[in-house]
Amino acid sequence: MATKPVKLLGFWDSPYVNRVQFALNLKSIDHEFIEENILSKSELLLRSNPVQKKIPVLIHGDEPICESLNIVQYIDEVWTDGPSILPSHPRDRAMSRFWAAYIDEKWLPLLWEVYEAKEEDSRTTLLEKVREGLVLLEAAFVKCSKGKAFFGGDSIGYLDIALGGCLGWLKGIEKLASVKLLDETKTPALLGWAETFCSNEAAKNVVPEPEKLNKCLKEFQAQAAAATK
Amino acid sequence: MAEEVKLFRTWSSGYALRIVWALKLKGIEYETIFEDLTNKSPSLLQYNPIHGKVPVLVHDGKPVCESLVILEYVDETWKHNPLLPQDPYEKSMARFWANFGDDKLMKSIWQLFIAREKDQDVAAVEALENLKLVEEQLKGKKFFHGETVGYLDLAFGWFADFVSILEEIMSLKLVDGERFPHLSSWIQHFIDAPVIRDCWPPRDKMIIKFQVMRENYLAAATPK
Repeated sequence: MATKPVKLLGFWDSPYVNRVQFALNLKSIDHEFIEENILSKSELLLRSNPVQKKIPVLIHGDEPICESLNIVQYIDEVWTDGPSILPSHPRDRAMSRFWAAYIDEKWLPLLWEVYEAKEEDSRTTLLEKVREGLVLLEAAFVKCSKGKAFFGGDSIGYLDIALGGCLGWLKGIEKLASVKLLDETKTPALLGWAETFCSNEAAKNVVPEPEKLNKCLKEFQAQAAAATK
Repeated sequence: MAEEVKLFRTWSSGYALRIVWALKLKGIEYETIFEDLTNKSPSLLQYNPIHGKVPVLVHDGKPVCESLVILEYVDETWKHNPLLPQDPYEKSMARFWANFGDDKLMKSIWQLFIAREKDQDVAAVEALENLKLVEEQLKGKKFFHGETVGYLDLAFGWFADFVSILEEIMSLKLVDGERFPHLSSWIQHFIDAPVIRDCWPPRDKMIIKFQVMRENYLAAATPK
């Protein structure tokens, strides 16, 4: 059982940080949350993640671990007392990792692009791509969950965490653009999953409220724009 | 019961080579299916409908896609000769640097490779910065994994080959022994390591392939 102190460097509006928070909550790991200002990064962050200078960073004792999915796997491998996050069979683990990689490489970046889109046309195109991705993830959910509530089965697993982290931005975009991205016709299973996930103990105080999130992201974009002038 | 293992690959894919090495290091018998990516087989599209790419490992009829995911699958399924470190922190470092290699290093090396002459200096800056970070990781080690080849060595394997190809085609020295003593040394050790050395694609074919690719990129970039 690991007894070294645990710190999480992050910001509440980041999907990547949310993922780590879910994992820490699932395993009931006591930790200190150190809020970072992305536009004015702390010495601690720059020292802990000199390569990418990004959040989240988990600092366990004096060892920093970077990249959200990497951190989640690390947490699962160190805190073996709590519920398992990754499935036990190598094939199921590979499936979870495959879809998590898909989310990070192909899908999640689209959400930020929606927030950054200046014109209606580009936003519409991006939203279409987001929906297409969700249809693929719907099929993945049906396959992985085998009729249960989560990708991980009866309890939250790696892929629930990977996609669950995106729910803040997804709901924020639905509010901002007045659209439905998860819907009853194309993604009924994921719609149900999202509700179950967000009301779970590990997630409910973590997934940001859409209005609060959108306000914060708007301020961030304005500050970032001003900083580059 | 005999297991059935198949690997869909191309003759030149560095990603697929990772799996060739992994299977050989573990002594796993398998069938190779060479793909022509301009004319993908129905099997490949069936096994990897999302990306339609190689490598795909098919184990007892079930596909596993994405090379780094496959590497972990192979390591977890056939547990002898472990490729990943056992310690969770060391494991997380190996994963971190494998992703760095694919996301940052590969992109910056490629940008340099296809840069027009006037853009080469700028492209080189980022590539060299990334190389310096990788150089740091090799201090005090023969391989990324230690005394023997492991996951991170396989993940960086493409680099060991491609660097010399780039240097020959572009007539420049990117990884010189003075600036990058550890990386240079790693390249030499890795290229000649047991098992690794038996799997390299034919160098003359690689030179031609990448020369043509580069010419096409440069031609497309030239203003008409």
